[in-house]
Amino acid sequence: MVFLILRRLGQTALILLGVAAITFLLLYALPADPARMIAGRSATAQTVANIRTQLGLDQPLLTQFWTYLQGIVQGNLGRSYAQKTDVGALIAARLPATLVLMAAGICVEVVLGVIFGVIAALKRGGMVDRVVMMASFVGVSAPQFVVALLLLYVFAVTLGWFPMSGFGSAAHVVLPAATLGILGAGWYARMVRSAMIDVLNQDYVRTARAKGLSSARIVFRHALPNALLPIIAMIGIDIGQFMGGVVVVEAVYGWPGIGQLAWQAIQQVDIPIIMGVTLVSALAIVLGNLLADVIAPLIDPRIRGR
Amino acid sequence: MRVLSSMLRQPSALFGLLIVVIVVGLAIAAPLVAPYSPDEQMFDGLTLEGAPLAPNSQFLLGTDTLGRDLFSRLLYGARTSLVIGLVANGVAVTIGLLVGILSGYLRGLVGNLLMRFTDLMMAFPALLLAIVLAALLRPSLWIVAMVIALVNWVQVARIVYTETRGLVERDFIVAERSLGAGHLRILFKHILPHLMPTAIVWGTLGIATTVLLEATLSFLGIGVQPPQPSWGNIIFESQSYFQAAPWLVFFPGAVILLTALSFNLVGDALRDILDPTQRGRG
Amino acid sequence: MLKRWLKYTTVATALALTPLPSFAQSAPAQGGDIVITYKDDIATLDPAIGYDWVNWSMIKSLYSRLMDYTPGTPDLVPSLAESFDVSSDGLTYTFKLRKGVKFSNGRDVVASDVKYSIERAVDPKTQGPGAGFFGAIAGFEDVSGGKATTLSGIETPDDGTVIFKLSRPDATFLHVLAINFASVVPREAVEAAGGDFGKKPVGSGTFVLKEWTIGQRLVFERNKNYFVKDMPHVDSFTVEVGQEPLVALLRLQKGEVDIAGDGVPPAKFLEIKNSPDGANIIVDGEQLHTGYVTLNTKVAPFDDVKVRQALNMAINKERITRILNGRATAANQPLPPLMPGYDKGFTGYAYDVAKAKALLAEAGYADGFETVLYSTNTDPQPRIAQAIQQDLAAVGVKAEVRALAQSNVIAAGGTEGEAPMIWSGGMAWIADFPDASNFYGPILGCAGAVPGGWNWSWYCNKELDARAIAADAMSDPKIAAERTAAWGSIFTDIMKDAPWIPVINERRVVAKSLRMGGEGNIYVDPTRVINYDAIFVKP
Repeated sequence: MVFLILRRLGQTALILLGVAAITFLLLYALPADPARMIAGRSATAQTVANIRTQLGLDQPLLTQFWTYLQGIVQGNLGRSYAQKTDVGALIAARLPATLVLMAAGICVEVVLGVIFGVIAALKRGGMVDRVVMMASFVGVSAPQFVVALLLLYVFAVTLGWFPMSGFGSAAHVVLPAATLGILGAGWYARMVRSAMIDVLNQDYVRTARAKGLSSARIVFRHALPNALLPIIAMIGIDIGQFMGGVVVVEAVYGWPGIGQLAWQAIQQVDIPIIMGVTLVSALAIVLGNLLADVIAPLIDPRIRGR
Repeated sequence: MRVLSSMLRQPSALFGLLIVVIVVGLAIAAPLVAPYSPDEQMFDGLTLEGAPLAPNSQFLLGTDTLGRDLFSRLLYGARTSLVIGLVANGVAVTIGLLVGILSGYLRGLVGNLLMRFTDLMMAFPALLLAIVLAALLRPSLWIVAMVIALVNWVQVARIVYTETRGLVERDFIVAERSLGAGHLRILFKHILPHLMPTAIVWGTLGIATTVLLEATLSFLGIGVQPPQPSWGNIIFESQSYFQAAPWLVFFPGAVILLTALSFNLVGDALRDILDPTQRGRG
Repeated sequence: MLKRWLKYTTVATALALTPLPSFAQSAPAQGGDIVITYKDDIATLDPAIGYDWVNWSMIKSLYSRLMDYTPGTPDLVPSLAESFDVSSDGLTYTFKLRKGVKFSNGRDVVASDVKYSIERAVDPKTQGPGAGFFGAIAGFEDVSGGKATTLSGIETPDDGTVIFKLSRPDATFLHVLAINFASVVPREAVEAAGGDFGKKPVGSGTFVLKEWTIGQRLVFERNKNYFVKDMPHVDSFTVEVGQEPLVALLRLQKGEVDIAGDGVPPAKFLEIKNSPDGANIIVDGEQLHTGYVTLNTKVAPFDDVKVRQALNMAINKERITRILNGRATAANQPLPPLMPGYDKGFTGYAYDVAKAKALLAEAGYADGFETVLYSTNTDPQPRIAQAIQQDLAAVGVKAEVRALAQSNVIAAGGTEGEAPMIWSGGMAWIADFPDASNFYGPILGCAGAVPGGWNWSWYCNKELDARAIAADAMSDPKIAAERTAAWGSIFTDIMKDAPWIPVINERRVVAKSLRMGGEGNIYVDPTRVINYDAIFVKP
């Protein structure tokens, strides 16, 4: 087990290296010239040339990448072109907010998804199942920014139950987390329902039921543990989804996370920030998957021991 | 035929199928149905202050912020959105299924490499990938569809991989293998049928995701270029008008929702019918 | 013999009596803490680096400069300078500093700080975008080329005197000393910040930065030692960032926000304007802006002047102002109406589809042609591009709209032979300072028609360039009117060659809460957008 985790950590480092290399290459190929963007519209050719030299942009691609990697090994993500400050510090200042939002969003979707998924599976084919599934369809079919604006308008502007935007108290997190979670809950409900039905139809569960085991016992001892496997895989994936999805939610609710940082940097061609945010997101995504793969064997005995 | 007749017996599936048929039909017949050209900015399509018009007898669903007929734009937008939805999602699910099964079943070097590549792509924030492709490629409908496919296959591959790994350990496959069955036989007779529900669930749910992703890409400048309408860019052009001109967000939003919902209902019904473990159990 | 420049300006005499002549009647109240919102985080508060319209006005208030403007106007006044002289050849400027002005770290502002600050802005290591503005100071090439670290053209004979020696006469030099890049900073604070001065600013302006929580808020407090009495008016202003403009407006209507800094999105404009409080919430002010379509003179068929003139007649500008809900006026020349040199009598090319078609036929394009129109992809720019596209279609020109991220459009514009037409909205051009020359060099002169430049028409007229240089050499204030006229005629003569389609002059719309006082022109100040020094809370 320890060996497995160590090996996966090694693979993680390789993946990050791959992400860094591909991102660097793609950004290098961008037609927009960062030196031009920094120099602004009144700059002389001399100023632009100076800036290019200062940033090392006149070096060959490999030299630039090597310099960047050396920085990363020393824990240095470089300096922002536009903000002229450490990228590491900028990300560190904003990451906690994004993590809080993601954690809250995942809680909302897992709790809602499991509850409704289990109910739907148990009442399969009935009215309750139909309503739950219909609601989950509507949930996954709704545009995220429309839901965000709708919740904002109803619960913050009209009813005044929650603050409109900002960060700091528990009340601030409710609407953004609900926006992220409501959309995701549909996926979870469907996934849980599918997995539950599969399990409920397995012979050993039918046998257990025939032996007279109670429904609750069947759900919690047999069905739910098996449904957990896809749920954990989904959470791993969701971390990646949210890293992109937070851009919209953070923008609507004024949430001071890395989504807004990234969006601003993309518009300014601030390559060190784009690289930094990409790597941090990639790390979070990879760790999410690692988590899923490490925990899965602990739960499903059939995969254990591989 | 058997599939169709069982679907027709379920009211929700019938409803979904009906909507899908209507939407596809309207998209094909758009030039016959649309009262105006979708791109014509009409002088009487705006108020004197320049505000869009609410639904009325002349413009059934109102006009947009340039004075174009929203109903006509939605009809033509259906073509764009459906093409992108079907093509992009079809490609994504196919690639995902292929990579997922191979890496889950083969293990070994090839399987491992495939999965590591999937992990690598998975670790990429999709938005960034899209933006960079935007800068490199000239935006068009097919480019947008390919970008979406490139971003979306990864999730399918991951799910299929996890399920395949679970399946490979199941008793009936272990038994089959010990009886000396070939790889192809196991893949096609036993693993693929078990994965069809997943493929179908993703194939249908994915259409909604694809339409929304297309809208996001429009917003980033690599979507379908104006004035060609798609449901996504109709909403994005008007998203800030959700209070001032709610019809500009409500109608395209409702159309996206209804279409996605219908594909979901159809897909769900297909799942119940096709899944071998559930066949005949209702 | 030096002559007193002050004698020739009426504004300066008025300033000697009161720093705020335009507010004598409305008697701004003192005190109050206000909240302002923006969508994007503040990039930097370093005056040598900051160059976007959000941090522009904050930097104005954090630091002081030798020259400044009367709030709400394009009129120059001495600020950190007490007085100044200009030599008759226009090559030597001598400034006497105000006494007793202190940085917020407690130290007196002295002449060597002025010299250091400008050298820092020019120094290539600073990577500042404003270095080029100081090109007239003797020794500029040596510093910007990395051969020297000090400007030989700035002398400080004593702590209270700064002398600038120019290598050529520059009629805009006083404006140059009023832009942010000329803000005075203390060397010890810059060095102590170790490259992070933009996050730890120290200046001698009206406000001091008290708190900066990245991604959330900045708190600016009144500088109690500011050298003009009763300035600024508010005790503090808090900038909340990351706020979507729509959300900011909803909060403003609820009274949680005093100024929505990003302005009013088109979607909310009519609703707020037509609401009972509309007139008191919305500030609708003119700015030094022109929106235009560049016609690339190096790309066929725009190398034919008849084609360019024809397209100038093909655009229905009135309809575009209607799409913008009347927040703009139709333009017929490059200069905006607020800019000295604007020719009120000039009519340009009137909208006339038949004439445009005839001219196109004359040029050999009776059946029109296909081309590409670039635009940025943020609302409302793609909509305006589509309106232009429809107008072009009416004369047979099929333009494909390419709505891309701003950096990509700028890159395309600066690449020779790449972009046939660009709609400038959202990118260009708002003047850096209220002088006509700022609307020529980078965007219409030969110097800008280079790879990476901003002259996206790639228009280069040597004769006009010579006239521009001659006009900028007229630095004697006595002939200011003559100089303005010379500039005005340059721009109307450009229109004969029609490298642009001047489309609109957009006004800026800002929303403020009911308790905020002051005239509209301090919320849409032509030289600094929101003038934090002059706004006040009603008693």
